[in-house]
Amino acid sequence: MGEKLDRRPRAGAPEPKGFRKALLIVEKVAKEKAFDCRMCGQCILHSTGMSCPMRCPKNLRNGPCGGVLQDGMCEVLPDRPCVWVQAWEGSRALPVWRDHMGHLNPPVDWRLQDSASWENGLTGRDKHVPAAWGGQAGEATVHPDAEESG
Amino acid sequence: MIAAGDDIARSGLHDVLRSGEFAVTSELQTTDGADPGSVAQVAAPLLGNVDAVNCTDNSAAHPHISQVAAAKLLIDEGIEPIVQFGCRDRNRLGLQADMLGAHALGARNIVCMTGDDVTAGDHPEAKPLYDLDAIHLLRMARIMRDEGTYLSGRPLSSPPSFLVGAVENPFAPPVDYRPARMLKKIEAGAEFIQTQCIFNMPRMREFMRRAVDLGCHERAWILGGVYIPRSARATQYMRDIVPGIDVPDDVVRRLQQIPRERQEQAAVDLAVEICEELRETEGVHGIHLMSIKGDQLIVEVIERLGLLPRPESARVAVTSA
Repeated sequence: MGEKLDRRPRAGAPEPKGFRKALLIVEKVAKEKAFDCRMCGQCILHSTGMSCPMRCPKNLRNGPCGGVLQDGMCEVLPDRPCVWVQAWEGSRALPVWRDHMGHLNPPVDWRLQDSASWENGLTGRDKHVPAAWGGQAGEATVHPDAEESG
Repeated sequence: MIAAGDDIARSGLHDVLRSGEFAVTSELQTTDGADPGSVAQVAAPLLGNVDAVNCTDNSAAHPHISQVAAAKLLIDEGIEPIVQFGCRDRNRLGLQADMLGAHALGARNIVCMTGDDVTAGDHPEAKPLYDLDAIHLLRMARIMRDEGTYLSGRPLSSPPSFLVGAVENPFAPPVDYRPARMLKKIEAGAEFIQTQCIFNMPRMREFMRRAVDLGCHERAWILGGVYIPRSARATQYMRDIVPGIDVPDDVVRRLQQIPRERQEQAAVDLAVEICEELRETEGVHGIHLMSIKGDQLIVEVIERLGLLPRPESARVAVTSA
């Protein structure tokens, strides 16, 4: 099979150069300023009321944990508000995407850390999910010896 | 009701829930011993008095005996385990490996959660993982069971047949979102829910009213979590120190007004009252009783609720596993 047909993502994000590097820098500066973005490379801000879920010390992508303090502060960093309390309030205030809080966001692809989610969104790279999760996916690799004996 | 089209009971607990009996689960006291006897010792008071017992996964971010090993030791004692899996200490590889291992050793119930952060425990310097969140974990368990593959799509030679559960805290902010969060867990694969400790019944009733509106109770069995404090000081500690727990001031005062030596008994009265109210609450299918070193109090609560003896099914399922 030619390399072009291989839809599996490469290990690690490719080293950005030229225009892609410029895009990465613009996204990083703008989103860090606006959302305290952590550059996970697979942005879901629209389903989290524009509150970056990667600021959650538990990296939760699907809602708050059970440890949120009664005053709405984070149990791990008690001087900061829970990012999911902010997400819920933010999502209620949004004119669109309000129902996106109910979305089942897939597991994080940690290889995309520090890459540009704008680029990954355009190329579809951020749609990659584990094969059994459903949707677009790569194939699991099997050792030839294991295949023969199976 | 529900049971996702299951014709056969996946576990003794599943059988109790499907029969419409008011279910009773509890939690194994954590042990720090390397000998099997320590688990058998703390398990003994619960034998025959509850339908299944949670084996906690390094609860409160303190290391204890492995929950998978504890589950196997419980089975040896004739008690059905519910194996907890949190996201803090294992990545998706470790979690899947331990789920298979737990099933191979005879465990038939699991419950998935995020877990306390390492900063809550005695190893705050540790690196927490959080590769997955609780919703991912639930979905992954259901993929393994229903699709017969790992998350990667690689086939399992024989899939597990777990009953899959989750937890929810009705009392932690954002409170308005909590019923929808529980629904999301059910959509991700949870078949039963164990709630955080309930001290505030008006808030619990409001949570359940909204959960019933969302139809949660028709798609999963909901067990109300009830903690039996052993003193007024314990309720104060839970109110002030333990994150995510709502202990109203009048509950603390109620115990404080009673002399120390009778506080334990007053706490049992309180737990019985809460359980009775839960039984009357639409959509609640059982209780999950917790205490720290108070197993005899748990048994007393179950006895006073008239929930003894427990149905035989739980014990039978264990022996045929």
